[in-house]
Amino acid sequence: MSDFLLEIGLEEVPARMIASAEAELGKRVNDLLTRARLLAPDAKLSTHSTPRRLAVLAEGVLEKQADTEEQLTGPSWKVAFKDGAPTAAAEAFAKKAGVAVAALEKLTTPKGEYVAVSVKRQGVSATQLLAAELPKEALALYWPKNMYWRAGKPERFVRPIRWVVALLDSEIVPLEIAGIAAGRASRGHRVLHGAEPVVIDQPRSYSKNLRGAFVIPHVAERREIIRKALDAATRTVPGARWREDEALVETVTHLTEWPSVILGGFESEYLALPEEVLVTVMRDHQKYFAVEDPQGKLAPHFLAVLNTQVDEQGAAIIRHGNERELRARFKDARFFWDFDQKTPLVDRVESLKNVTFQKELGSYAWKTEENLRIAENLAGYLSRIGAMLGAVEANDLPHFDRSALLAAVKLAKTDLTAELVKEFTELQGIIGGLYARAQGLGERVALAIYEQYAPASTEDAIPVSVEGQLLGLADRMQTIVAMFGIGMAPTGSKDPFALRRSANAVVKILAESELPLSLSDVLRAAGEGQNHDQVAEFLRERLHFYLKDVRGFAYDVVNAVLAAGADDVRDAIARAEALTAARGSEDFLAVSAAFKRIKNILRQAEEKGYAHGNWADIRADEAKNLRSAIQSLAEKVAQLREQRNYVQALALIATLRPAVDKFFDKVMVLDPDPGTRGANLALISAILRNFSTIADFSEIVAA
Amino acid sequence: MPAAQSAPLQPTQALKPSALTFQDLLFRLQAFWAQRGCVIQQPYDLEVGAGTMCPETFLRVLGPRPYKVGYAQPSRRPADGRYGENPNRLYKHTQFQLILKPPPDDVQELYLQSLEALGIDLKKHDLKFEEDNWEWPAGGAWGVGWQVMLDGLEITQFTYFQQCGGQDLDPICAELTYGMERIAKYLQDAASIYDIVWARDPDTPGAPGDRSLSLGSETGEVVTYGDVRLAEELQFSVYNFEMADVQRLWEHFNSYEAEAQALLEKANKLLADEHAGSKEKKRFPLLPTYELALKCSNLFNLLDARGAISVTERVGVIARIRNLAVGVAKAWAQQQQVSKLAS
Repeated sequence: MSDFLLEIGLEEVPARMIASAEAELGKRVNDLLTRARLLAPDAKLSTHSTPRRLAVLAEGVLEKQADTEEQLTGPSWKVAFKDGAPTAAAEAFAKKAGVAVAALEKLTTPKGEYVAVSVKRQGVSATQLLAAELPKEALALYWPKNMYWRAGKPERFVRPIRWVVALLDSEIVPLEIAGIAAGRASRGHRVLHGAEPVVIDQPRSYSKNLRGAFVIPHVAERREIIRKALDAATRTVPGARWREDEALVETVTHLTEWPSVILGGFESEYLALPEEVLVTVMRDHQKYFAVEDPQGKLAPHFLAVLNTQVDEQGAAIIRHGNERELRARFKDARFFWDFDQKTPLVDRVESLKNVTFQKELGSYAWKTEENLRIAENLAGYLSRIGAMLGAVEANDLPHFDRSALLAAVKLAKTDLTAELVKEFTELQGIIGGLYARAQGLGERVALAIYEQYAPASTEDAIPVSVEGQLLGLADRMQTIVAMFGIGMAPTGSKDPFALRRSANAVVKILAESELPLSLSDVLRAAGEGQNHDQVAEFLRERLHFYLKDVRGFAYDVVNAVLAAGADDVRDAIARAEALTAARGSEDFLAVSAAFKRIKNILRQAEEKGYAHGNWADIRADEAKNLRSAIQSLAEKVAQLREQRNYVQALALIATLRPAVDKFFDKVMVLDPDPGTRGANLALISAILRNFSTIADFSEIVAA
Repeated sequence: MPAAQSAPLQPTQALKPSALTFQDLLFRLQAFWAQRGCVIQQPYDLEVGAGTMCPETFLRVLGPRPYKVGYAQPSRRPADGRYGENPNRLYKHTQFQLILKPPPDDVQELYLQSLEALGIDLKKHDLKFEEDNWEWPAGGAWGVGWQVMLDGLEITQFTYFQQCGGQDLDPICAELTYGMERIAKYLQDAASIYDIVWARDPDTPGAPGDRSLSLGSETGEVVTYGDVRLAEELQFSVYNFEMADVQRLWEHFNSYEAEAQALLEKANKLLADEHAGSKEKKRFPLLPTYELALKCSNLFNLLDARGAISVTERVGVIARIRNLAVGVAKAWAQQQQVSKLAS
């Protein structure tokens, strides 16, 4: 049994691409060895990566494939040998099998006598196979952005490949990737180790050899070192904690080969800037971790993860440099903040005419007008719904301030003209909200502007304010309907305007707010364009996604629920919950199976053109029995549905089982007699009609 | 943790400002790359937004002929002007632009050595290559690469050019763009760009009188960046933001564009003409045509700083400049081919 190591040495790979490339390389090597029958049953495969390398270590590789023996069967004996002499057919078969005619044997089978031969195949050595196949696998790795580097452009890769290590035990596997012959020389940390090659003795000493050259090749280990170093550096500030940021930990893990951490500080006066701005500068621009005091408030410190290890003098230099850069950026942010205050948001509405929303559609001034119209419609629906309800019930409706809503819609996009947003585009909306507050436009207005882009993802929370929810709905529905209107609907993996994300947010807001609005309401508010059906279908698709992928309902439950109505999002959730609970009961599953049967029979009847009759004409006792069961349940179920008491409604429907079972046991629905048949058809369609209003049970799949 | 921990805001003894002046840094970089076989060019004598736009980069990277060149290019970005009031931002900054075509296998190591040549002891700093891809849509140019971060500060843009003038490059080249003001400000530990020591006179009293370039003195009389450039930053900000005549800028733009367009049409006709002689083709003035395109690019930047270009218009104007720049690049590549055949 042998060990195999492959290391591809690269110039610094973008941090965001490393994890998936490492996993893919591991899978490719594993698949290759498995396919080639070169992996021992107890083989162990591990992967490593740093910004400058991707590596796979396979422990338990067979030195060569096992030899195989295969029996080939040829033409019938009679055809192959005439009077004991081989014919052309025998010679052709022998040639194909790579043996002499004399080696052909007679094989007797129940079907007759045939020519056959056993062929032995020698297994290929691991070295041979890897040398031939591995370069293709390595160069086939997927990268989001590739480059050429060699003259003549023979291959593309994320960054130039600079060295390759390929060892089977202590032997070099003679392979070549992108013009680089594999060897045993790896490289160490650029500065701490220098240019001297790092010789890898054998695959299992990979980690140890690299560690000696100031490289920690294992990602999980680097991540742990960074977390501990962040803890240790933070402890020097009494009571402080570093602000957890998993995505940033991942980024810095993939930016370093030999990580360490320094704590830096900044003047407390910058804490007067909004925390959002400070954190964005630290996290997104400088890749620093923020530090907070015991109350969770930002402290005037930061943590920088270094890709080196330095003495005290070096630490002082690096800290000083990082502090200077951070201070310069904070200073800029404060300059922009002050500068922006000279033109209040209300004076910026006009300049939105110069900011393009979409070339074919118009400016943000145009979009703002559209958003206003939609927001007014939504507000109108809410007050009409309120007016229809009694005083007590109306009191349960979410409260909102109509004029604050409209003011927020009008000013929502004005921060796009602010210098601070141009500098920190990821803070759009948030900056607008902070400015609205600073400019005394009212807390409701400020909050709605602040949270207009929430939820940014399916994990993100929806706006807390009703005004923010309505603004978010209006803004997104405007975008979706307008983009569909100019043929920009998402197709396949193409969704350049992130319309799916917008629609996901619409569904999520309707699902998780208390707004009494349905998908058709928000669509109607946006305007009935030519693409109405297309948009409606798009929203329904996103509701399906939300129920299944965000809420985790089973796909058959989602299909069943949406088949009975896909407009009221919260109602669909309630039905899906009830159905998920009911799905465990055997009675319910039996009834579901009966619904499927009913649908099939009705389809057959339709194909044959059988007419439905009157259920008064049914004959069989089992049919009469079922009819009275329906009659006694239908109204109760309808009432419960009206009260949205789906759990009880479904429990009642499940009680149909004995009557249904007996009916299908004894009665042939498609009776040859047209009268009986028509009455039977009327009976079963009454079941569907009366009991499919919560879900289409025929969609339910028995586990 | 080190003792400096307790007072993180106080520069320590270790941070004694580098004695290298702004011009020393340029001298050192030029000498470093000259010793490695690069042509050291003087800055291009026309307004450009970046060193990439100079013909020494934009046109030289096209075609198969190897070339290595470095030059310090003053780069104008009218919208970035701050009237000389912002300690970190400039209307005109200095890029040390380096083109290595094709890039040597050890290009990153060479780059690190160039930093050492600037007196940066990498063992006492934190250096990272972070993904940063570069694109100049108006020039039909893009590449992949990194921003090189030194202690949290971007000091260089390192790009592997993949396309230029809308054409695939083969061989590709490495483009290193050093941000000279940032590097000088950092190494001198200056609070503002304008405090950077540009030059130091070794003949002034108290100075050691050492005129060698390798050792800067720390005591001679200094000329600062502000002494040299502050008035320029102020006045150009005033012009770019307040006084440039929009109507006339458009007239200039249209006029330069028309001339470039006319030349380009002639060039394309001539280069496509099988009967035309190679001598005639070689002498066609494509380099001046490119200058006219550069004029348009600078005028666009000025109009933009004046707020005279709406976002809707913007795309269209960029497309006009792109037509010229990409058109010249294509014609230039053909003309080079002619030269090769003729020689």
